[in-house]
Amino acid sequence: MKKIKKIKIKVNGKSKSVPEKYKISDLVKDLKIPLKKVAIELNQEIMDKKKISKIILKKDDKIEIVHFIGGG
Amino acid sequence: MKNDKIVIANKKFNSRLIVGTGKYKNMPECAKAIKLSGAEIVTVAVRRVNITDKKKPLLMDYIDPKKTTYLPNTAGCFTSEEALRTLRLAREIGGWKLVKLEVLGDKQNLFPDMIETLKSTEILAKEGFKVMVYCNDDPLMAKRLENSGADAIMPLAAPIGSGLGIQNKTNIQIIRKQTKLPLIIDAGLGQASDATIAMELGCDGVLVNTAIAKAKKPFEMALAFKNAVISGRQSFLAGRINKYLYGNASSPKTGIIK
Repeated sequence: MKKIKKIKIKVNGKSKSVPEKYKISDLVKDLKIPLKKVAIELNQEIMDKKKISKIILKKDDKIEIVHFIGGG
Repeated sequence: MKNDKIVIANKKFNSRLIVGTGKYKNMPECAKAIKLSGAEIVTVAVRRVNITDKKKPLLMDYIDPKKTTYLPNTAGCFTSEEALRTLRLAREIGGWKLVKLEVLGDKQNLFPDMIETLKSTEILAKEGFKVMVYCNDDPLMAKRLENSGADAIMPLAAPIGSGLGIQNKTNIQIIRKQTKLPLIIDAGLGQASDATIAMELGCDGVLVNTAIAKAKKPFEMALAFKNAVISGRQSFLAGRINKYLYGNASSPKTGIIK
């Protein structure tokens, strides 16, 4: 069996190993993120949530997933 | 009073009390306090999703953004870049354009950095945001913010979370005289009467978080602030009497028994 190559990315400041050709939409799915309630940044660039299934992550990519919390 | 609505960025609201959603013990307490306060706008912060603890309760599950207007803030931002990034993300979450800009300049007193704030206001207004701006109680800066496209001027009463109440009534009154924009006292209130004073000075509304969330009884304080804002507004509209140095008897001076 062919071994799947993995790459390291950073999600909300934490290191994560993901398979090659991993898309942002795969990440959202795996983390069970409610897409309607978040915004996503890839390397400080805001992503259009409708297009995240087209974006393949590369090594050392930095992703930020944010939502609303209590604040004054 | 029924038609006395506050208009912010062309949207009408019945309640002149805006409340923050931070510092509560838990989400149910926060949701109940907001309900009791009657607030139609709540401030919210933009933060990282907790990707390790997915069971953490979500704000949106307790406060429905379809029923209550979310006002994303930039709390914790110390530069224009950070604030812009935060609000652009907030907009992306679900189309939020009405935002609270807050660029802090000092970690201890939490005073706003007005140079960064002014710069950010200009950029945000150009990008189509409706910007409610947390600022100093400085009439000159308030004017500059207005000229830069702010949708509401929100001077502090005192440092954030200090509970000191309005420290400079004169400046607030001068800002009131010079602007037709919504003037909302943001930060530093400690008790319900502080809100009444703000409203009696002619402010259009107040924004409160800590004074309610950290009160010994947050639900009672939420209700107290609701009533205080209504009371202060009524008092302002009713028009106060002039001040006199000496006494002026309330009973007729004639017909006194001899």
